[in-house]
Amino acid sequence: MATTLTVNGTAQEVDLPENVPLLWALRDALNLTGTKFGCGVSACGACTVHIDGEAVRSCQIPIGDVWGKVTTIEGLGTPDALHRLQKAWIDHQVAQCGYCQSGQIMQAAALLAETPNPNDDDIDAAMQGNLCRCGTYPRIRAAIKSAAEGA
Amino acid sequence: MASIGKIARRTFLFGAVAVAGGAAFGAWYVTRPAPNPLKPAEGEASLNAFVLIDGDGVTLVAPRAEMGQGTMTTWAALIAEEMDLAWEDVRVIHGPPAQAYYNSALMGEGLTHKGYDVSSFQHSLGEVMGVMGKVFSMQVTGGSTAMKDGYERMRVTGAATREMLKTAAAQRLGVGLDELRTENGAVIAPDGTTIPYSDLAAEAAEVEPPKVELRERSDWKLLGTSLPRKDIPGKSTGTAQFGIDTRLPGMRYAAVRMSPTRGGMKSFDAFEASRMAGVEKVVDLGDGLAVIATNTWLAQQAVDAIPVEWAPSSYPETTEDMTRAIKAAFDAEPNSTLRDDGDTAKLPSGAMRIKAEYSVPFLAHATMEPMNATAWFDGTHLRIWCGNQGPTFLRDACAAEAGIDPEEVEVNVTLMGGGFGRRGEFDYAVIATRVAKAMPGTPVNVTWSREEDMTHDFYRPAALARITGAVLDGKALTFDAQVSSPSIAEQALDRWVGFAPGGPDKGIVDAIYNQPYGIPNYRVTGHKAEITPPLGFWRSVGASYNGFFHESFMDELAHAAEADPLQFRLDLTRDEWLPAYYVLEAVRDMSGWTGQTEDGVGRGIAMVYSFGTPCAMVIEVRDVDGMIRLTNAWIAADPGVALDPSIIEAQLTGAMAYGLSAAMGEEITFAGGVAEQKNFPDYDPLRMPQMPAVEVRILENQKRLNGVGEVGTPPAAPALANALFDLTGKRVRDLPLNKAFEFYV
Repeated sequence: MATTLTVNGTAQEVDLPENVPLLWALRDALNLTGTKFGCGVSACGACTVHIDGEAVRSCQIPIGDVWGKVTTIEGLGTPDALHRLQKAWIDHQVAQCGYCQSGQIMQAAALLAETPNPNDDDIDAAMQGNLCRCGTYPRIRAAIKSAAEGA
Repeated sequence: MASIGKIARRTFLFGAVAVAGGAAFGAWYVTRPAPNPLKPAEGEASLNAFVLIDGDGVTLVAPRAEMGQGTMTTWAALIAEEMDLAWEDVRVIHGPPAQAYYNSALMGEGLTHKGYDVSSFQHSLGEVMGVMGKVFSMQVTGGSTAMKDGYERMRVTGAATREMLKTAAAQRLGVGLDELRTENGAVIAPDGTTIPYSDLAAEAAEVEPPKVELRERSDWKLLGTSLPRKDIPGKSTGTAQFGIDTRLPGMRYAAVRMSPTRGGMKSFDAFEASRMAGVEKVVDLGDGLAVIATNTWLAQQAVDAIPVEWAPSSYPETTEDMTRAIKAAFDAEPNSTLRDDGDTAKLPSGAMRIKAEYSVPFLAHATMEPMNATAWFDGTHLRIWCGNQGPTFLRDACAAEAGIDPEEVEVNVTLMGGGFGRRGEFDYAVIATRVAKAMPGTPVNVTWSREEDMTHDFYRPAALARITGAVLDGKALTFDAQVSSPSIAEQALDRWVGFAPGGPDKGIVDAIYNQPYGIPNYRVTGHKAEITPPLGFWRSVGASYNGFFHESFMDELAHAAEADPLQFRLDLTRDEWLPAYYVLEAVRDMSGWTGQTEDGVGRGIAMVYSFGTPCAMVIEVRDVDGMIRLTNAWIAADPGVALDPSIIEAQLTGAMAYGLSAAMGEEITFAGGVAEQKNFPDYDPLRMPQMPAVEVRILENQKRLNGVGEVGTPPAAPALANALFDLTGKRVRDLPLNKAFEFYV
């Protein structure tokens, strides 16, 4: 019952039942642990990845239903080749505990792809599904704006 | 600044030991009885140092856990400052558990003096009480104490290490010690010869530790500046490893379902679950179940499918029953009377008396990373990976669970996806140990579902306050408060060290009995409710509710006195304690406070002194089409010494968000002995659109260094409630506030 997923540009076989959510295939089968488990019910955004560029909650999508190419935080950029949002996140010293930040960055990347120069309302609308218990929201907002300006 | 020789004789011993390819350096307190961790006895493998220098360079060991508060970075900066390391070359790792890493500052917090008025004598007493931490092996990250504990000790370590490296270089080069200088991790001779520390470490380990002076603040290069945090690149690229991310060869994944009543398990039927996809084993944990599988989600599905009958709880089954017990404690003898100034019963003619009752609910920590731990037990030796705030307690509890000596337990402290007090407990690691015992030789990553996490927390307790006060001629005359709550410390200390000291429980009344206001008749009694729902330390602990009680009532007093609530507080702090006055003055100036707001806008002020630091906050709210939106916040705090302004700003902002989140919409209720809220949809924290714009000012008017990580939480709820009163004229005395107001989402 192997399923083939294309993750960060590489096709990979995952030997799990088709109803297993993408999140758990990424984390436990492919060891891509940058995508986080937070709630399992699409309420926190920690598991956000892209499918064909669209931000989705990977805890809600069975691997059998994945319709396109998956990009995770590891595929967005790397420590040696940072995505401009990752660079902005470091420049603005956004993270505290850091657990939600993969999801925040993936959500923000989808926002910038659609709205290159978001205003505060755009940012609120796009980011309201991503919880941060450390309260890093002001720095997230600042980092998104500076990444947008640098585009 | 005291010379290191004097400090060392009094409290520290430092030294070095050769390790493969270099040396390790450490400093620890010697008063009694922590063994020298650098010179382990026969058969002891542990080596606990703060500085490791080998062929790869310099590694600094931070024994305080990184849960997002930046402690790893600032501890490293304290060492690096004195060692003259280039910041970009510094590497930091978490230390293993060891008695030498105990937290002296935390036990000092247990004293019942007011804090802000501490005399030199009491400060010394605080240091003596701190020794108790060592008795309990209190390697704890909590109580906003990390910097208090490390401020002197880490700089001593850095300075001593530097001098030993210089001495080694002087011997090698045949030049005088005073001819050498240090820069960017190297010793430099007058002729320009540069020897990297890594090249000198082995020789330095043989050098007798010299006497040195700690540097004056004016000479600091790293401390006092905003340094790029060491953990942030990893956290921005998905490469940071949290406990839940532990991956080991042949590892299995487990999910758990523990008794939600904490009362144990009567029966279960695992027949169907054991045949589900991916399931390798169903484990009877006695008071719960685990399923070990090939995938966390498959394990969760299976464990949730098991029909279980739970035994009832030993605490009252409903919130209403618990509230009744908390109310009943008002009628019993007080547990404490930690403030009793003047005569609160006396009422001069012309004085106006007011009364109010307040309540706050139980709260969950709801860290973003659900509780988890990875355990690997081979029958004699146990290895644990998890984030935790108290690894020595955790090690001992896991050893007891596995039936082995603590020396056979290896605790690997990972990054934590939030702590807020929850990771001071070690239940998740004990459970992981129990699961791993069922599959010896196989590492098992045990992860809780969000539902398991929320229903098995150690909650911030519900609390009630009854306050009476009086005003005369526009001034506060009397403040008389009774606070009732079940004791957190009693059960937490019992879990940590096996017993709880009796006597007054400071936690019940912290941040209400010790506020720096010069009110002539000032009395606070604490009442301990004799119920034992599962309770734990929650960011700012007692101050999280007493800040709300005190500062809401201060607003009511100001209103009764027909005074401006900010001016009212300025008048009361000026003669009592100036650092509190200055933080109030700062938020007045930052916010342009006039006491007047335009229609549709409300502003509230609160100031709470907690963890040694006064923190003032102004919150501004606006009516947006009948919904309330938080638009601005101004925060000023005085931690004495601002070691890293960017980290402090982040902590104050984040702590405020944590407090606002709880104030606006968080509440844990119980039915049938079980927490009714299961996941974020019914315990919904503050989200991006609800976060106000924030401006922070850090002051340094008090002499000693004090706490930062928690002090932004206590003033958040009262500043918001006072702003809502300003906007609507409605005084709400019960949290959460979304029961009375509709907030913008």
